[in-house]
Amino acid sequence: MELIMLAITAALINNVVLSQFLGICSFLGVSGKTDTAVGMGGALTFVLTLSSIVCGILYNYILAPLGLDYLKTIVFILIVAALVQFVEMFMKKFMKSMYSALGIYLPLITTNCAVLGVATLNVQNGYNVFTGAVYGLATAIGFLIAIVILSFIREKMVYNDIPKPFQGFPIVMISSALMSIAFFGFASFK
Amino acid sequence: MSMKKDSPVERIWNGIYTENPVLCLALGMCPTLAVTTSATNALGMGLSTLVVLTLSNLIISILRNIIPDKMRMPGYIVVIASFVTIVEFLLEGFVPALYDSLGIYIPLIVVNCIIMGRAEAYAGKHGPVQSLFDGIGMGLGFTVALVFIGGIRELVGAGTLFGLTVTPGAYVPVNIFVLAPGAFLVLAFLVAVMNKLQIGLGKRTGWDPTESGCGDCAACGKCSVCGGKPEAQKEEA
Repeated sequence: MELIMLAITAALINNVVLSQFLGICSFLGVSGKTDTAVGMGGALTFVLTLSSIVCGILYNYILAPLGLDYLKTIVFILIVAALVQFVEMFMKKFMKSMYSALGIYLPLITTNCAVLGVATLNVQNGYNVFTGAVYGLATAIGFLIAIVILSFIREKMVYNDIPKPFQGFPIVMISSALMSIAFFGFASFK
Repeated sequence: MSMKKDSPVERIWNGIYTENPVLCLALGMCPTLAVTTSATNALGMGLSTLVVLTLSNLIISILRNIIPDKMRMPGYIVVIASFVTIVEFLLEGFVPALYDSLGIYIPLIVVNCIIMGRAEAYAGKHGPVQSLFDGIGMGLGFTVALVFIGGIRELVGAGTLFGLTVTPGAYVPVNIFVLAPGAFLVLAFLVAVMNKLQIGLGKRTGWDPTESGCGDCAACGKCSVCGGKPEAQKEEA
């Protein structure tokens, strides 16, 4: 029950993009079309869950017992970068169809701050490996929901007459602001 | 204004105005939106990033001929992450209040596109002195933009500036400006104003960060991974 509540909080109430501002770069960058948005969300779900598990194991069983937790930022970012490379190579070799769908989004994920953010949050909140993995998965699903909704809005926005200074970046930010207000509604679940 | 290219003054002016990382290039969006709930937080984050950016630019520039080309990304990441860890401990030790309110966003300076972007675009190709001033300029530009946004949000949303009450007693603060939607709104209107003045996104630099999935490296964060080569387009071709 506690885990379900944690998952709902991570995915909807404290949505990673709309209330924590993690992963904004890819949220704005690849939300132009729905299929690219789904691809990015899918790739992030995969990497975020995996990286939560790997970083959790490394921190709980190697860094913390040895008293090396001050190295966590350096270790986590290198793990994430290596993991993304590894996942890309693995997919290319063994999962051709998945690679063609998600492949181009993988290199983008190394610098998606949601990945490093979740790894650090897992440590700060003292989650064990399993809870951390659930938190990572739920956060990524929250990202997927937000980016897909924004891509729907942007596909419709093409037909609208937007004042010139607001075209492009500003109108996307305003759409995000309105989505963020709508997501406040989920806080009543608590 | 004409200035000698790559001179210290030109670099600093370039970072603050010509290529302001936030308002002209839309880099480093996560901290820009997240920590601008007050002018104080914004200043703290801006200065922390300034320190990391300046030092990492300097070290990367010194090491640029030693680091092999293929290993430069991991090399840059290690340099940047080391300085972020140092800054994190300094903040925790000397300004614990700021450390608490910036929280998770301090370690996340590592993945701030501005730092990796400058390492890749400037420090890896120029000498230490120029890179040092480039770091200072970009860091100042980031700080100025952040404090500006933070100031607006704090003023409208709480009626204070740097924690001091500046509005008359009758003013009712618009709370939503210090909450998440306020960040999006303020940045949207600022960029719209910049667009109107013909100095915003796209007008100067010739691209719009929201236009496509790739090719606009700065917005996607891939700037630091693909080194400016739009991979999606390459793949399709």
